[in-house]
This record gives sequence, structure tokens and C-alpha cells, in this order.
Amino acid sequence: MSEGLTRARAQLASMSDPDITLYRLHACPFCERVVRALDAHGLEYRSRFVEPLHSDRDVVKRISGKRTVPAIVDENTGVTMSESANIVEYVERTYGGDGA
Amino acid sequence: MDLGFEVVSLGPADHVEEGEQAPEFTRPLVDDEHWENVSLSELTDEGPVLLVFHPMAGSFPTTYIWQELVERGLEEVLTVVGVTSSDPYAQKRLVEARDMEFRLFADPANDVARSYGIEHDLDGMAGISEPRIATFLLDTDRVVRDAWVSEEWPEFPPYDDVEAAARDLAD
Repeated sequence: MSEGLTRARAQLASMSDPDITLYRLHACPFCERVVRALDAHGLEYRSRFVEPLHSDRDVVKRISGKRTVPAIVDENTGVTMSESANIVEYVERTYGGDGA
Repeated sequence: MDLGFEVVSLGPADHVEEGEQAPEFTRPLVDDEHWENVSLSELTDEGPVLLVFHPMAGSFPTTYIWQELVERGLEEVLTVVGVTSSDPYAQKRLVEARDMEFRLFADPANDVARSYGIEHDLDGMAGISEPRIATFLLDTDRVVRDAWVSEEWPEFPPYDDVEAAARDLAD
């Protein structure tokens, strides 16, 4: 593969791979609460939708140890976290500085 | 819903109102054995209809909505049909899972919701929209006699009011 193509692919990967991954459930108000907090701070994130049935959420259990959603993984800080109130607080604390 | 924080607001929809004639459509209507094209007017020609717009099959609000409607036994007084942007295979699994007498329209392109003014684009699922949760009670002229459209995401129908209006009209 040419160097140019390699570089182009790496750039594309970094554009399409935000640091934050949100595990969410379609129509879950707790998840939408986190979406709102992320959007409010202009943060890029990828959404991964999981199954409503608790027992079908092994993908979430693997990353957070629990099957509850929302859960986020922030590769920027190495943090993995569940519970919407905790996540919103974390987002505010980590990204809510607005230069102050 | 009181969850201790603000639920996402969708704002009011510019939807089909009470007193207007409900837009006609033809879509595959699914029961637990088969599906075939059926038009809304074929149903209203037979009697009043409660048209229930719900999120995609498999989502948790959809499970709750149909659980509630099944418990209320409304199929004894009028025709209750669902509509969403799921394909007929998914709608059939929903009918089977909820073991219900109600039939469900399959409208993957979501055009029916659009024609009723209740399209809802889904954040995080590019290219997919579904209806807002909504109920339209139709008389035999397909005129809307009672309409409720969600303004929050998610928000559930006022079941007691919907049931009372349905039973009134069916009498």
C-alpha cells in the first residue's frame, strides 16, 4: 500500500473513530440525557445500540462489568462508566471547563 | 415521565388534527400467519379504527405499548392496528411475541408517519426514522375523532383517555 493511501486511511480512521463510545438503548430517556450532555459540549462520539433485553447485553457487560445502559468508554481519559447521572457529571467535570 | 431530569422534548408536531380526514394509505398488514396489502379505508369501512403509531418492533416502548393495549381488550370494541417503520418480518415477530389479536402495518420507508406529520428521525441511526408515538381514533368516514401525539422522547399515550374515546365512539 502506498504511503499516501496509508496516511489517508489513518486520517479517515481518526475522523470516524471518536474517542468516546456511547452504549445506548433506542428510546431510553437515560441514554438521551447523556446524548444531550455530549452534544452540549460539542463532543464527538460513536453510538452503539444494544438490545432492550437485559440478558442480551453482553457487549456492555464486557466493557463495563454491568449490563446497564447508558455506558460510555472515553479513550481520551481511559474512563469507562455507567449510570446517566454519573456520566453527565463526568462529562461536565471533564469537558465543561469552557476555558475558566 | 418524572425521572428527576428533563426528558428530551420533541416539541409539538404539525400533525393531522381532530375533525380532519386521516390520510389514506395501503401497506402490508401483518398478523401472526401472513401479510397482505390492505388500505386504511378497507378497515374504516368495517367500523371505527384506532390507529397506533409505535416505535420500531423490538424496542422497549413498543413492548410496553402493546402489552398495555392487549390488557385493555380493545379488540372487542373496535379495530386496533399498529404502524411503524419496521419490515413485515419484524412486525410478525412482534405480533407473535405479544400474542396479540391486533394486526400491524409494515412501513419501512416511514411514509405513512410522514403523511400524518409525525416523522421522527432517530439520532445515532443514520437514514432511519420512525413515527412519533401517537394514536388516531377514526370513524367510518376516516375522520379523526381523537388524536394524541407524543411531544417528548419517549412519552406514552394517555391510555385511559384513549380507551374512553374508543369505547365512546364504538357505542
